[in-house]
Parts: sequence; structure tokens; C-alpha cells
Amino acid sequence: MLDDYFRQYALLAIFAAFAVAVPTGMLLMSWMLSIMKIRPQKPSLIKQAIYECGFETLSGRWSQFNFRFYAFALIFVVFDVEVVFLFPWAASFGVMSATFGAFVLLEMVVFVGILVVGWLYAWRKGALEWS
Amino acid sequence: MHEIQTAGILDFGSLERFFQRVLPDSLDRFAFFIAAFTLAFIVINVMVQTTAVYTWFERRVLGRFQGRLGPNRWGPFGMLQPIADLIKLMTKEDMVPKIADRWSFNLAPIILVFPTLLVVAVIPFGPDSFLGRLNIGILFVLGVTSVNTIAIFMAGWGSANKYAMLGAMRGVAMLVSYEVPMALGVVGVLILSGSLAMSDIVIQQNVPFLIVQPLGFLIFIAAASAEMSRTPFDQIEAESELGSGYNTEYSSMKFGMLFLGEFMAPLVTGMIVTTLFLSGTRGFDPIPGQVWFVGKTFAVVFALLWVRATWPRLRVDQIMAFAWKGLFGMALVNIFLIAVEVAVFQDDAGKISTNSLWIMSAINWAIAIGVIVAVANILGQPNLERPTPVPSPLANMYAEAD
Repeated sequence: MLDDYFRQYALLAIFAAFAVAVPTGMLLMSWMLSIMKIRPQKPSLIKQAIYECGFETLSGRWSQFNFRFYAFALIFVVFDVEVVFLFPWAASFGVMSATFGAFVLLEMVVFVGILVVGWLYAWRKGALEWS
Repeated sequence: MHEIQTAGILDFGSLERFFQRVLPDSLDRFAFFIAAFTLAFIVINVMVQTTAVYTWFERRVLGRFQGRLGPNRWGPFGMLQPIADLIKLMTKEDMVPKIADRWSFNLAPIILVFPTLLVVAVIPFGPDSFLGRLNIGILFVLGVTSVNTIAIFMAGWGSANKYAMLGAMRGVAMLVSYEVPMALGVVGVLILSGSLAMSDIVIQQNVPFLIVQPLGFLIFIAAASAEMSRTPFDQIEAESELGSGYNTEYSSMKFGMLFLGEFMAPLVTGMIVTTLFLSGTRGFDPIPGQVWFVGKTFAVVFALLWVRATWPRLRVDQIMAFAWKGLFGMALVNIFLIAVEVAVFQDDAGKISTNSLWIMSAINWAIAIGVIVAVANILGQPNLERPTPVPSPLANMYAEAD
């Protein structure tokens, strides 16, 4: 059993190695073509400028960005943590509720209920609007 | 419907036994690694090449939907088009902007393709597959697929272009928002199957979960098509608004890699949806499980294509409202509906009979329709506030002059 466990993760590690190797290899292959002079490589100042509609870009890339991105990131963190707690509960729900009855369900109703109140509050306050 | 007991083509056990027989006894311990390498090599190659075929398929079908021909020059029905594309992308000059952040610019294509290829490692292709038995299966899928959020941000930041940066910012906000409903949509499946392993989820589906929980299926497929930024949700590379979004500055094979990742995503999503909701490799007897799996996957992929061809792009505020107000609430309804039903219908041993599953499906379809109507009424177009039009002072300029 334990052996099976390690074999699965070893297989996963080998898959991960392949998943990195395939895109890297394809990029390297295309880079080799430019060494073999099949692919052109003639950089110039105009070509290396960034894409813009006829202007040269004035300021850097990190201009001010809107506060709403930050607000959504914050809401995401709250509810993603909720998901983390829901997963183990869901996977063991069948077994647990056969043993402990409705208590297992009520527990999660209370936990999610608190978050739903927060969700409704965020909705009322307009935190879920993109404006 | 019952399970078919044929040995899989991509079965890890038989591969390992084969190598154990071929190798001399002293090298038996390497049989595992050789078999694993062979399997990974085959699976990942098949994925990359299926993606190539899929690009042709998508362009042909989209052409059909839009009343045009699609690629038809190279080979029969234009089937060699992916090869032509590959040669073109390979031999194009690779341009990197001078002020680009080289590291993140060059690494982003690799990181974008990596999670999509890695997810394949936990999908059970065959009836008795070794691959799907990983005990954290679905958690692994959700965790690994969220890596491409980082890749998209790296691409946008690395290009030092404002269009790319804006596309990436909007993309990250959208991907992050839809991750929550996607994970919540899966929770219903977990309650019914009682396991995180993909092969266990397939075994538990005496009735496909699409029929048992239509709401969970709709939530998952909507969130998944947002995660891979397909057309109703393609804010990341809204061509008409942002140039081309995060891939504006990419050319040559780096663009090819972004392209590969983008086109592999629907295939992988099709596989995950097949496993979670369409009872994976199970089907009627004379046809082997692998064929069922591929057929169902392509049915899902075709449905996604149909959606892409039918709906226009949503506005960014509509997309965010749909994730946080619509899908999130629907997902919570789905979770507690399934939980209550499981608590009511299960016997003392914690098992649910097939008949109860059918009763559950009837209830769930009725409630799903009710919930969808309710959400449509709350978020729908008629109830959106529209600004009252203000007539321009110049509107009647000529009328007054008369």
C-alpha cells in the first residue's frame, strides 16, 4: 500500500519532468534553427520597440492600477480559504454523517452561514461591483 | 451500464509487467522507472499531437458555424494545416522587446504549458488505469491548473507593454474570481463520491453526475471555460479592446507555446469534465472504455466550441458579477442540496442505491431550473441599471437654425 503511494508520486515527478522538458525542448529547437541560420535573427531598434499605435511609450509598465483589483484579491482569499475547509468535509461527508447524523451537516451550515453573511454584506456594500 | 474489464492500452501495470519480462532479473528494479518514462512519453506526446489535430478541428468547426470554409489548402480538408503552422512558427524571427523583463518573458510560455500537461497525469484514461488512482486527484487538478494565472501575469509583466499589462491584470482578476466557483462546483461531486481520487469518482457514478447534479455541472463548465478564457469570458485577450492582451509582444515559437497551452486547455477540460460528470470510461459493453472516454471528451469539447461560436464576449463587469453573485450563490445551493439529499437517502452503511440517485436527479433538475431562473432574474439584462440618455446640446443645432 505504502509502496503504491510512493510509486504514484514518482510517476507524477516523471510526468512533471516531461511537462517541463517538452515546451523547453520545443523552444530550444526553434533557437537552434536561428543558430543554423534557417530562422532569421536581425534585431533592430524599431523591431525591438514595444507594440504601440504609432507612439513611443512614455511611462513605464508599472503605472497606477485601480483599487478594485486589490479588493477582489482580498475577497478571493477569504472564499478560497472557505473552499479549503469544504474539501475534506465533502470527501468524508458520507461516512461521517452515517456515523454522527445531522450534526456533520449542521456544523458546515454554521461555518458557511457566517461566510454567507459576509458575502451578502460585501454585496450590499458594493464590493462585488466592478466600477 | 456496468464496468468493462478489458486491460487498458495505457495501463501502467501491464507496461511494468512487460518490462519486467523483457529485462534480465538483475535489472528488475528499473522496470518501474522505464515503464514510467515510457508512459509519460506516450501520454504527453499523444496530448501534444492531439492538440495539433484539435487546432485543425476547432478552426474547421468554427468555419462551419460562421458559414465559411476554414483551412482547406494543405492536405485533405486542410488536415496538414497544423504542420504548416508549426513550420511557420518555428522559422519566424523571435523578437524580444528591448525593455522586456527577459526572465519572465522567456519563462512564461513554459510555465503556461507545464500545468496543462501535468494535469493529464491524474486522469484515468482506461477502466483500470493506474494514473487516476492518485489519492488527492481532484485537489491536484485544481491546484496545478491555477499555476497558469502566474504564467499569464509573467507574460504581461515581462512584455513591458501596456496592453499586455492591462490584459494580464484583468486576466488575473478574472481567473482568480472563477477559481472559487470552480472548486465549489466540484464539492458536490466529492460529497456523492466520498473520495478525491479520480478513478474512485468514476466508480461511484452508477448514474452520471451530470444527471444527478446538473447545477454542479453547469457551474463547473462555466467556471472552467472562464479559467481557460474561452470566448464568452475572453477578457484576457479581448482583441478589440487590448491589442491582443498578454501575448501582444510574443512571436515565433514562444507565441506557439502560448498557442499550444491555450488550445490544449479545452481538451484537458473535456477530460476532467468527462471524468467528474460523465462517468469517465464507463459505457455499454461491446465498446471498450477508452473509446467511450475519447468520445465523451470530444462531445464536451464540441459543446465548448458551440458555446464559443454562439455567444459574444461579456463585458468585464458582467463577468465579475456573474462569478461572485451568480455562480457563487448557485454553488452553495448545490452543495447543501446534495449534502441534505445524501444525509436523507443513504443507508446505515453510508451507501446510496441507484434508485435513490434517480430520485435525487429528479429533485435536483427541478431545483436547478428554479435557481437558474432566479439568478437570471436577479442578474439579468432587464434589471441592469441603464443610464438615461442625455441629449447633446448640439443635437438640434440645425433645427433651431431654421
